Amino acid sequence: MEILEIIKLSTSAVRRNKTRSFLTILGVIIGVFAVISLVSLGTGLRNYITDRFESLGSNNLYVIPGNGDEEGGGINRMQAMSGIGSKLKPSLVDDIKKIGMPIVEVIGELEIPGVVKYRNKRLTATIIGASSEIFTLDNLEIDQGRFFNRSDVGGDRKVAVVGSEVVNKLFEGKDPIGEELIMFDCRFKIIGTLKSRGGGAMGAMADRVTLIPITVAQELSDNNNLQTIMIKISDKNRMDEAKYKVKSQLLKTLKEEDFSVVSQESILSTISSILGVLTTALGCIAAISLLVGGIGIMNIMLVSVTERTREIGIRKAVGATNRNILAQFLTEAVFLSLVGGLIGVFLGYLGTLAVGRLLNANAFSWWSILLALGVSLLVGVIFGVAPAAKAAKLDPVEALRYE
Amino acid sequence: MVNLELRNVSKFYQMDGIIVKALDNISLKIENGDFVSIIGPSGSGKSTLMHILGLLDKPSLGKVFLEGEEVSFRDDSKLAFLRNKKIGFVFQAFNLLSRTSALENVELPLIYARISAKERRSKAICALEEVGLEHRLSHFPNQLSGGERQRVAIARALVNNPSIILADEPTGNLDSKAGAEILRIFKELNRKKHTIVLVTHDLEIAKAALKIVRVKDGKLE
Repeated sequence: MEILEIIKLSTSAVRRNKTRSFLTILGVIIGVFAVISLVSLGTGLRNYITDRFESLGSNNLYVIPGNGDEEGGGINRMQAMSGIGSKLKPSLVDDIKKIGMPIVEVIGELEIPGVVKYRNKRLTATIIGASSEIFTLDNLEIDQGRFFNRSDVGGDRKVAVVGSEVVNKLFEGKDPIGEELIMFDCRFKIIGTLKSRGGGAMGAMADRVTLIPITVAQELSDNNNLQTIMIKISDKNRMDEAKYKVKSQLLKTLKEEDFSVVSQESILSTISSILGVLTTALGCIAAISLLVGGIGIMNIMLVSVTERTREIGIRKAVGATNRNILAQFLTEAVFLSLVGGLIGVFLGYLGTLAVGRLLNANAFSWWSILLALGVSLLVGVIFGVAPAAKAAKLDPVEALRYE
Repeated sequence: MVNLELRNVSKFYQMDGIIVKALDNISLKIENGDFVSIIGPSGSGKSTLMHILGLLDKPSLGKVFLEGEEVSFRDDSKLAFLRNKKIGFVFQAFNLLSRTSALENVELPLIYARISAKERRSKAICALEEVGLEHRLSHFPNQLSGGERQRVAIARALVNNPSIILADEPTGNLDSKAGAEILRIFKELNRKKHTIVLVTHDLEIAKAALKIVRVKDGKLE
């Protein structure tokens, strides 16, 4: 029997039972859709973060509290980056500045989640205390007004530069320059606004910031210690040298477990590896639903073989070999799972586009689509073999007698 | 020339630990062009006999020859091949595929014979013409009368030009008028040199054949 005939036969059986076939493949559709969407979520997140970091410029070093050195592993690092129990005193900024070349710029930063009020409106935002150098170091761009400068910082002036999201939410088209914001029960005069750092849900978060002079932030928050010290290096190739120098300098006043000096690249690779594990884990969980879909196919195929016992008997009586019957039912199972896989890929692709839109980053990955299709094909074969073998082994005399 | 021969064939079944002898040392020759009726009461073993003649089942003891070639111990795929090429079945319950047109039902053996779609179609139409159903090609079995269904089944048995046609109570589910029509078709086919074996419990129907063989308690009388 030719392959084409077998395919024709199997597909016509599937088409005859449209509702049942659809419900059978629903499990595979959901499984494939879940695998592709979740993997694309992981991929998109990773690409988004990579883009973000690269836009900050690549020759920065960061001093963060706690010991989250490369050997310490990702989770330690994440904890350290949250800045709980920091021992980084503001004076360390000047200590590091004294090192000189290759260090060109050092700034301390204090990040406080807080509420920003304007007249009767309130908004939760990240309030960042920093010195004026942050604008060049962090590649920030001004939209209106100006950045704060050294004299603003030195004079403890209560001025603020606000992110685009804050402008949108609080001012709704009004000119915010010169207006007054209330943070920590103090009035701040808005002197500038920032350009948006990119679209998408994550971008909106990055735009929901208010920058104020570090001196003011220290005064107003209970925490006098810094969360991050950013260091700009003159030359990317002198990164290791700078790292060593900073470390030796800090060891004079701090213990080894109190701080870490990390490069942007190593932070990126940490986040990237965490997201990689997350993506794999999500993919595996989704793959379980694909497995369940396969079991659904097997179940229906077993029912179908029992229902069609007489048909199998007739076919055998007129000359179908065991192999013909096996091929017919196996093809049917594979066809079901493959159609389910294709629909799942299509939906998954839409999901990928949605994720990409949300993150404003490329979330598409070929491997997840190929994997999902391959696995659904495999599911069809694995879960189709048992019912097909059962059909092929039926005794023709018994099968013809079956009511 | 001998078409199909059973030599000392016995068939045993095991049922709840008890061995049941369905056929006991049967020897039978069917010549080319024969029209033989096998008659016996229910439980006499005539259905088992037909299954062995039709290579659907293998004997426990003894040998089966088809056109002089021993086939009793061939493997399943060889037997499927022989059923396809050499044997046509007509069953009491018609055994047509439901939701499949008369034409496609008749084409079924030709699909397994690896015959091209075009040739299948023309052969199947010829076979349906032979049983007078050329106007029912695209009807489904549930749109046909009992007699018409059985004629589709006969066309299916004929279509691959087998050397023998085996009919198991072909009139059992039909009224007397449709039954007579089916017997007329068998006689006509026999006149065209087809070899026919008719299994029945009804002597009146058996009389349509040229020869009558009686089975009782698994033995020939």
